[in-house]
Amino acid sequence: MIQSLLDGILTGAIISLGAIGLTLIMHMLRFANFAYSELLAIGAYAALVFDRLFSTLVPVLDEAFAPLTLTGALALSMVIAMVLTGLSAVVIDWLVFRRIRQKADPLSMVFASFGVALIIRNVIVLIFGHHAQLYSQEIARATILSFDPLILIKPDQVFVLVLALVLMLALHLVLTRTTFGFALRAVAENPALAQVAGVRLTTVIAAVWIIAGSLSAAAGTLYALTNQLNPMIGPVFLLPVFAATIVGGIGSVYGAVLGGFIVGIASGLALLVLPSGYAPAMPFLIILAVLLVRPQGLFGEDQR
Amino acid sequence: MIGVVSYLTFFLTMAGIMAIITLGLNLQWGYTGLFNGGVVAFFGAGAYGTMILGGPAEPGQFGGFGLPYLVALGGGVLLAAALAWVVGLLTLRLRHDYLAISTFGVAVALESLARNSQWLTGGARGMRGFPRPFEAVIESNFLFGVVFLLIVLAVLALVWWGIERLVHSPFGRALRAIREDETAARALGKSPTRLRLWSLVIGAAIMGAGGGLYVSYTAFVSPQDLLPILTFQVWAMLIVGGAGNNRGAVLGAVLIWGAWTLSGFALTRLVPDSMQLDAGSIQYILIGTLIVSMLLWRPEGLLPERISNPRNTTVAKAAHTSNKE
Amino acid sequence: MTVLRIEQLEAGYVRDLPILRNVDLVAEHAKLTVIIGPNGAGKSTLIKAIAGLVPVSSGRVMLGETDITGLRPDLMGSHGLAYVPQTDNIFRHLTIRENLMLVLRRAPDRATRLEELYDLFPALRDKRGDRAGALSGGQRQMLAVAMALANRPSVILLDEPSAGLSPKIAGEVLDLTRGLTEQGVTVLLVEQNVKQALRVADHCYILAEGRNQIDGPAAQIASDPVVGEIYLGGKRMVAS
Ligand SMILES: Nc1ncnc2c1ncn2[C@@H]1O[C@H](COP(=O)(O)OP(=O)(O)OP(=O)(O)O)[C@@H](O)[C@H]1O
Ligand SMILES: [Mg+2]
Repeated sequence: MIQSLLDGILTGAIISLGAIGLTLIMHMLRFANFAYSELLAIGAYAALVFDRLFSTLVPVLDEAFAPLTLTGALALSMVIAMVLTGLSAVVIDWLVFRRIRQKADPLSMVFASFGVALIIRNVIVLIFGHHAQLYSQEIARATILSFDPLILIKPDQVFVLVLALVLMLALHLVLTRTTFGFALRAVAENPALAQVAGVRLTTVIAAVWIIAGSLSAAAGTLYALTNQLNPMIGPVFLLPVFAATIVGGIGSVYGAVLGGFIVGIASGLALLVLPSGYAPAMPFLIILAVLLVRPQGLFGEDQR
Repeated sequence: MIGVVSYLTFFLTMAGIMAIITLGLNLQWGYTGLFNGGVVAFFGAGAYGTMILGGPAEPGQFGGFGLPYLVALGGGVLLAAALAWVVGLLTLRLRHDYLAISTFGVAVALESLARNSQWLTGGARGMRGFPRPFEAVIESNFLFGVVFLLIVLAVLALVWWGIERLVHSPFGRALRAIREDETAARALGKSPTRLRLWSLVIGAAIMGAGGGLYVSYTAFVSPQDLLPILTFQVWAMLIVGGAGNNRGAVLGAVLIWGAWTLSGFALTRLVPDSMQLDAGSIQYILIGTLIVSMLLWRPEGLLPERISNPRNTTVAKAAHTSNKE
Repeated sequence: MTVLRIEQLEAGYVRDLPILRNVDLVAEHAKLTVIIGPNGAGKSTLIKAIAGLVPVSSGRVMLGETDITGLRPDLMGSHGLAYVPQTDNIFRHLTIRENLMLVLRRAPDRATRLEELYDLFPALRDKRGDRAGALSGGQRQMLAVAMALANRPSVILLDEPSAGLSPKIAGEVLDLTRGLTEQGVTVLLVEQNVKQALRVADHCYILAEGRNQIDGPAAQIASDPVVGEIYLGGKRMVAS
């Protein structure tokens, strides 16, 4: 029970990181982006490439920060992956979504996002193969918090949770303390008025993609650090991040954070009663429940 | 020779089934502007529903009622329609993305249900042995193939005719009205939500019929038939052919199914055995690229819609917010 | 001196469906020019077209010697043009201070400028940490006007700033706009409240069905019973 809760909180943190960008994109560009969770995959694989590169070229970096399995190489790679994924998100927008946005309606973008997802996912398969990969071959030793009931936690997991919370706090400070944050929230609320207030839409949209891409890259890398990495990471996280977005209310960053934890914990606890094969369906059940009870989500505005 | 002809009947039967499903999607997306992200769910509901009702009994498994073919097929269709009804009821009042996400979610949920509910669906190994329709009368496999193709074509014609009737009826005119100016239509006392719900349900029923026909043709259904790729294929068919017109939908279905089959052949021949898994990925990339390129360069498809396009009505809104950006 | 000149403007929301046809308008320096006309006449559309929010299909908008036709709306401010929309003219989810800081974010002296705006609208200072959505109607309009004034525009476009306010507050808002002209700001005002508008305005344009109908000094328009009867609907004149 408590173990499931712990695991749920951890997955929740990762889902939250992933959902923050999605909720902003869905709100500002008004389309459900089914290619979104592929950003997690791009990030995690980019980190993998640089991790291998650095640990070969600069062996010193290959030392793990005990008790973590995280190495200097991986930490550095994650930062690079965040930047690269942010840029990829902007490039994908320029190549596909922006061009469709200019001449057609949001539904065509939803359509296109499925196409983009198929392409990204399968290009990753072609390059890296179907099999699972690990950043570090070291065994992550779990610490026993309690014997009865048995509760295990790995230092890496604590690190993941802390880092996820730090990233969210950083975003919170940007949104509430900087004029850039005001501009971003202004565009989210009323794009036309934001323009009147002197905000350039293209700049803010690009910034949102960068935020979305880098947080997703962090989510992907942290997930791969505590689990394993395979090309299905995109599809696996797709419904959970959508569910987190809907639970929190589309457009609400704080809603997405809370929604992520709710989805993670609920899915974790549900596995106590359901066979694990049903796990992929959990987020969908949560979405259904929210639509029944409170369609606008926790912090969302009316979505009619 | 018989080999070629029987392969051709197989190909055409499958293409015909795909065309039926594409027509269902055309009603939803082309004529109503509804985004169905889980075509495969309604196809699958039809397939599994038909199988459970009309298939043979299996020990330790619910179902196997062995009902008459048409009853089983009707049950499958109803199951697909009911699924759409529930999803539509929950989402159609809301922003369009909710329907997209929920239909996608239904497909994921259905796949995991099919994989895990041994007692209902036979789990991962699926269900087999659907009694071949008209077994008593038609003995030869070849003849059955031909007759079944004719049945599929007849259903296709029926669905086509039905949709044409529907879109030219007051219902269809109302659909067009809400598509063009929702506020005005609402003011005239039309309920957009109800009309959309009907369109979603009827479209899903048609997809369910496709699933039912599929299962009675192959006599077999498994979770492999519930993979999202079917949804993408059907979309590609509609978008290549041209949404909002039935000729385009059918043309697209035949073209894409042909291209899919051919590229599958080509890849199995060209790609070494060790990389066969990658061949699938290449096909996926091709279909993804096709969808994206069509949207970018020829969004109206090969055969554009003759009546006005639903997706142009939002231009005003777009111009309002994304002016010159 | 003419500050804003609109020449033969044709604009609309959808291609090939112009709302405005051949509209001409001139706003003189430090004068209050009012646009009146029935609902749906295209008054808001005209203002939005000037502000760059509605595509212009032909004609020109001249700001001084600069052609600002179809300029990106976010660049209008740097040319000295400010715009207060008719509805949704503040960011409800941002605090008062955040709303103001947003428009001031490129200003070199933003801290002092913020204080000046608070001095101008003391009610805003008292509520600076509150969400703008919590303001009363009149305070919202004040915030909207404060945001427009933040970067010292030379021309300000106001779309029905008094709509939905009590007569007393509406009068105050109109007096405020009048006061702006005394500080050298050119004001282009859209008003439903014809009588009040003509009281404060220097010049008046009447727009109907997207076209110029008549224009002249405000006092003259106000005293012309025929004009009132034909273009404004006699009843409305009385009612306001
Ligand atoms: N966003 C829009 N998209 C399409 N048409 C619009 C839009 N906004 C306004 N219109 C149309 O443009 C015409 C002029 O509207 P506008 O808002 O300019 O009128 P107005 O004179 O400001 O009226 P009011 O006094 O009610 O504010 C109307 O026919 C209206 O229906
Ligand atoms: Mg108006």
